Amino acid sequence: MYGSGRIISALLVFVGLVTFPIWYNAGKAQQPPVLQMPAAEHPECVRDVLYMRTSHMVLLNEWRDDILRKSGPRFGVTTGGVRYERSLQKGCMSCHRDKQNFCAQCHVYTAVDPNCWDCHLEPTSEEALLSWTNEEVILNEEVILK
Amino acid sequence: MNKDRRDFLKLAGVTVAGIGASSAFHALLSGEAAASGLRRAGVVKTKAETRLGMVIDINKFIEHRGLAQRCIDACHSIHNVPDFANPDHQVKWLWTDKFEHVFVKDTHYRQAEKLQGTPVLALCNHCDNPPCVRVCPTRATFKKADGVVAMDYHRCIGCRFCMAACPYGARNFNWLDPRGKNERGNPLIRKLNRRYPTRTIGVVEKCNFCAHRLAVGELPACVEEAAAYEAIFFGNLNDPQSAISQVLREKFTITRRGSLGTRPSIFYIV
Amino acid sequence: MIEKAFQGSKGYWIWIACLLAVIAVGGWCYAQQFTHGLGVTGMSRDVSWGLYISQFTFLVGVAAGGLMLVLPYYLHNYKAFGRITILGEFMAIAAVVMCLMFIIADLGQPMRAFNVILHPSPQSIMFWDMIVLNGYLALNLLCGWAILHSEYKGVKYANWVKPFIYLSIPWAVSIHTVTAFLYAGLPGRDYWLTAIMAPRFLASAFAAGPALLLIIALVLERNTLFRVGQMAKDKLVTIITYAAIINFFFLACEFFVAYYSQYPSKMYTKDYLFFGLERDGLIFNNLVPYMQASVVIGVIGIALILMARSRKSDLLLGVSCAMIFLSLWIDKGLGMVLGGFVPNPFGQVTQYYPTIIELGITAAVWATGGLILTILYKVAISVKLEKGL
Repeated sequence: MYGSGRIISALLVFVGLVTFPIWYNAGKAQQPPVLQMPAAEHPECVRDVLYMRTSHMVLLNEWRDDILRKSGPRFGVTTGGVRYERSLQKGCMSCHRDKQNFCAQCHVYTAVDPNCWDCHLEPTSEEALLSWTNEEVILNEEVILK
Repeated sequence: MNKDRRDFLKLAGVTVAGIGASSAFHALLSGEAAASGLRRAGVVKTKAETRLGMVIDINKFIEHRGLAQRCIDACHSIHNVPDFANPDHQVKWLWTDKFEHVFVKDTHYRQAEKLQGTPVLALCNHCDNPPCVRVCPTRATFKKADGVVAMDYHRCIGCRFCMAACPYGARNFNWLDPRGKNERGNPLIRKLNRRYPTRTIGVVEKCNFCAHRLAVGELPACVEEAAAYEAIFFGNLNDPQSAISQVLREKFTITRRGSLGTRPSIFYIV
Repeated sequence: MIEKAFQGSKGYWIWIACLLAVIAVGGWCYAQQFTHGLGVTGMSRDVSWGLYISQFTFLVGVAAGGLMLVLPYYLHNYKAFGRITILGEFMAIAAVVMCLMFIIADLGQPMRAFNVILHPSPQSIMFWDMIVLNGYLALNLLCGWAILHSEYKGVKYANWVKPFIYLSIPWAVSIHTVTAFLYAGLPGRDYWLTAIMAPRFLASAFAAGPALLLIIALVLERNTLFRVGQMAKDKLVTIITYAAIINFFFLACEFFVAYYSQYPSKMYTKDYLFFGLERDGLIFNNLVPYMQASVVIGVIGIALILMARSRKSDLLLGVSCAMIFLSLWIDKGLGMVLGGFVPNPFGQVTQYYPTIIELGITAAVWATGGLILTILYKVAISVKLEKGL
């Protein structure tokens, strides 16, 4: 083959480059995420665990479109009868207060980079203890019922 | 639009653009376009039950000089509005400008002295026939059933067509990161309201009539701030029994650039 | 066929290297804009579109201008354009690519650009602009390449290409009409709110596009064995002259409406662009020298191009085309978009000045267009010369 030396060496370099992620990570066992349960003030999540693992982003988009465009309800009720706010910032994060543990761990592991936190505010460490307690949610409910 | 004209348009659609384009034309006139201003050109006959609006009493703001600023502060702190010092990059949901700027009437020979140079509140007009909604290529800006012209910041691509379309200068673009810092190293959002998001770089934002407060039975922040002075009235314009309808019946009010056909929902008592 | 682009003289490669250098610098500028936001440009809340969108608007015209070659050749069987029609089609490709790049450069959230397709909004003119521009790009790629390839093979192009060629003719009109409608449908901007916007866009496009093409063709004649042919040149001169005159006629109509009616908001922007606008004792006139020059250069250009034709002088022809092109570039690639934002909704004036970064990105987009054009023309000319066409 004419110019075989150049072609073969170039091919080798090419194969080496495209397989870079495989051999770079070879031998390093990746630790699957270990999640902590949130504080026990709410006994259950808005949907079952399996659904939340696979489709929480779908749910968040549904909430957003329903509330923003159709003035949908701001609150929902779980199957177990617990009321929750349909909101990432004010709902999800009021139980799962540790963004690092709750969001980032899996997102890093699966190499997805959602841009939620470009706009939404994560709970601060003090806030995780102080604000967004049940009281505040109940207050809002009263306003609605009125 | 009367029936003849509508038929003519339909016919024109078929003739000019052929069958395929004509079906697109029909889609334009119904369904998808329902949220846009085209509906309000008369194509759909039903009248919305709710059209939220506002009446601003300029006299009350002349009497209470600091009130406007308090309304602005209330609004901007609740909505995490960044404070860009550079006027070119400013983000304003609610702000004041001179009367003769808010109501551009430079051909008017002489204006009442009390109005000359007086600061007047300006905000999104939540038009009944909003050009911004019409031009948005992603429906990131849309008209809600209650008449609020709202935005979905997740969807905005930052093309700024709405800024060119808005005749009221009510739209703001995040030219720089709103979570950034000013030259003196202070955050642009002085104190974060942790119950409301910020916006991100490269999206357009504006007043949302406090849709999030209305949803939980509260009044818009500026209205609440001005409530004690009866300086701002807020309510359903389409409900003849509402307080705001009463005010509109009794007082002489003006709107900004009424001749443009946008039908603003913000009225001013002069 | 594409291999022709990789066989060139030293001059060809130096030219490519220069373009790549400009693209690299502009790429760095864009990286700055991407990280820090559009705040690195000279745009503001009052002048919310700047150089990018004005260049985009102008280049839509350049793309549509190719029509003036395609239409006589395919519809009227005007044989003299046989050699240069492909140049018109390829110029349209480069121009549309530049248009799309300018739009992306102007987006605050370029990563979300596909939302336009994800959430189609037929009530928005921008949605239709996206469709017509991408459609026009596809049509020209298809027709241009298919026709050139058949020439390369020494056969007549296949019959299936014909409908696409015919479709591309009204499509060219549509791209510039829809682009004009972006502006002309906004109730609050009096300078843009004019039914003559689309016709004027087309007139200036049919002058600027062929003018640019003729300049490039003359450069090619200088440096290669490629010949445009005197008949084609004369015809192009006629087209450019008429289109440029019609453009100025439309401009005159605009002036008449504004100044005879004395309708204030119709006069303000024209005052700002051509004479200077007074506000609170200050005169705002940063675009006046350019806009006045645009008219003067354009009128002289028209006079010169007629002279060039009668004297059969290629140098004069090139110069006059360059003048007409420059005149129309200033008028539409600068004044049209920027002027529309003055005065702002509060009757006040914010003047716009592009920043270095903005200019760098703009230059890089033009260089990319130049690169695409160079490669496509290299292929086309090589094929034509090889086949003795």
